[in-house]
Amino acid sequence: MNCALVPAEGAACMALDRRSFLMCALASGASLGAGEFAAPAAAAPLTAGAQAQNDAQFTVEAKFYEKLPNRKIKCKLCPRECVVGDKERGYCGVRENHDGVYYTLVHSRVCAAHIDPVEKKPLFHYLPGTNAFSIATAGCNVNCKFCQNWDISQSRPEEVPAQYISPHQAADIARKYGCPTIAFTYSEPVVFAEYLMDTADAAHEAGVRSIVVSNGYMQHDSLEQAYGKMDAVKIDLKAFTESYYAKVVTGQLKPVLDSLVTLRKMGKWLEIVYLVLPTLNDDDAEFRGLAAWIKTNLGPDVPLHFTQFHPEYLLKNLPITPVATLERAKVIADAEGLHFVYIGNVPGHPAQNTYCPQCRKMLVERVGFTASQMLIREDSTCPNCHHSIPGIWHA
Amino acid sequence: MTDLRDRSRRNFLTRCITGAAAIGVASLHAAGETQAPAAKSRVVVARDPLLRTSGSTIDARRLETLLDRTMQSLFNLAATHENSIAAWRRIAGAGDSVSLKVNTLGGRGISTNVDLVAAVCERLQQAGVAARNIIVWDRDTEEMERAGFRIAIAGDRVQCYGTDRVGYEEDLSAWGSVGSRFSKILTRSSTVLINLPVLKDHDGAGVTIALKNMYGTIHNPNKYHPNGCDPYVADLNMLPDIRSRMKLTICDATTAMYEGGPAFKPEHSWKLNGLLVSQDAVALDFTGWQLIERKRAEMGLKTLEAEQRAPRYISTAADSEHGLGHCDPARIAVVEIQGGAS
Repeated sequence: MNCALVPAEGAACMALDRRSFLMCALASGASLGAGEFAAPAAAAPLTAGAQAQNDAQFTVEAKFYEKLPNRKIKCKLCPRECVVGDKERGYCGVRENHDGVYYTLVHSRVCAAHIDPVEKKPLFHYLPGTNAFSIATAGCNVNCKFCQNWDISQSRPEEVPAQYISPHQAADIARKYGCPTIAFTYSEPVVFAEYLMDTADAAHEAGVRSIVVSNGYMQHDSLEQAYGKMDAVKIDLKAFTESYYAKVVTGQLKPVLDSLVTLRKMGKWLEIVYLVLPTLNDDDAEFRGLAAWIKTNLGPDVPLHFTQFHPEYLLKNLPITPVATLERAKVIADAEGLHFVYIGNVPGHPAQNTYCPQCRKMLVERVGFTASQMLIREDSTCPNCHHSIPGIWHA
Repeated sequence: MTDLRDRSRRNFLTRCITGAAAIGVASLHAAGETQAPAAKSRVVVARDPLLRTSGSTIDARRLETLLDRTMQSLFNLAATHENSIAAWRRIAGAGDSVSLKVNTLGGRGISTNVDLVAAVCERLQQAGVAARNIIVWDRDTEEMERAGFRIAIAGDRVQCYGTDRVGYEEDLSAWGSVGSRFSKILTRSSTVLINLPVLKDHDGAGVTIALKNMYGTIHNPNKYHPNGCDPYVADLNMLPDIRSRMKLTICDATTAMYEGGPAFKPEHSWKLNGLLVSQDAVALDFTGWQLIERKRAEMGLKTLEAEQRAPRYISTAADSEHGLGHCDPARIAVVEIQGGAS
């Protein structure tokens, strides 16, 4: 396969090779409003008929594992620590043991690629108004019952049409289409850590930054090594109780909280999304505990996004999160002292804008995923009161 | 002329090709409602000490005879050739599309025996099932080839290929802890499902026999290995796409593994030279588990319980919520027979 991009007329949309899986958001500003109602931040996987894929092309020895007797290995990428026998795969479904050597099967195996506004990640304090070349491979190390991209995240790589995009090709595409960042997103970048690391290196060489949208369910060492190469990180903190993580996510809360603290200590730009599911994680006490924990452990300036749930995957029986619930969550988090609490997936809601925490002047106005007004000065201060506004606002 | 074996030597389907043309394509319908297990489940454990001619080579003719005696015993029929076919008519007949889910993860070392599958195909055709309405399948075509199966994808012959050739359904099927997409082979090419697993130790699940072999029918089995596969195995087998079609389990125990599974470890395998057959997959799994425990004891190994990997999913499958079968020995009639060429 090659990776030739064929710009469509007016560069409004692009196709990657002959398959139409690379959607361009450059021209989608007008249509995004409808899109975000339908499937917030959903990826569009390749849906063309299955093609034979050369597995060897995507198979690279994994970085984070240890060898055990009898050709077994223990994966050290995420807290799950899968012990994997010969010819078997870990929970993520994208790493396989061959004769005692553990391999990732998804290096450069891109199953979804788009050019998205960075606000769609969402990262609200990171280069607003710019686009990110956003890529994903198959696989995930958890199994959220509400996953909106389950068709790629909960599949094994051979079940999802994919394209070979090397790290350097990804960097070239980002540059070619004026994206200051590559975003690793849609499925779960933890499971394609090797590709993420190599691509981040290639991107930095090309003057392109890297951001990741992740569940943060990683071991300390892999987090430091892999996300140490990132310029900004958005973590989906799915709830603030272990029971929710066990039942709904099939993971654990504690390692995610540890990751958040580590990332903050590493100095990465960090934002947190909390998807609010009616009846499951929308309790006042949970909102309060979450906000207090963030303020104490990460500081009041880490943006927190309360986002609206839309029924998907295995939780189609739940309703859409009422806007009133999101507003209640915001009121609680504001009262706990967080400075930047947003409401997500509710286009036009005033809590999608950024306000100066000191003088309350609106600094960034957002319509859908578009930053329609950006008043923060080059020195990252409020033009009205000169209060410093945390974030990476200018390239 | 069709042969499942990669190195062709038998012509076991020839006489049925004509029949296939006459019968035509069976209507594909979701089989009828599921049934609660009988008060007592019958599990036939058949063994033939002379099954292997020399070394490890299995005598296909003796294996076929062993299968016949097993099926006759399962339905309490006298040992006649007619009854061999009569037994199969209780499983499937003209108008059915029968899929045979084999297990080929273990390569040539420990996969469902090709000659056993060939014998099943022959008897199904004698019972009236058209050759082209029989499909032998597993997850991956290459794995099947490595296990010795000859791939066949068209024509009036028994079909043989993996789900990778046709893919999985777009829609999810969900029950309890499980949400998965089924192989289109199961959903679109089967009215009757016959499960042909092997008898193996499993490092995570304890054992892998009949119930767990259904992991090979879905797109995301990797998600269901935590907690010793419990309750995932039981939940998966509750899904109507499996439960409504499942009619019979024939466990190939010609070679079995008591330790080190699921990958083939010759040092932990033994030649049991047998078959386990039942219409109650839970009872069969329980019985197979006991055989593995007996061998472990013989080899001086701890029980799976002592190793904290007893297959709890078997009792979950039998609980009141699932009701897939029996794992209480008082409700399992184990019939042991000795087979062999007549």
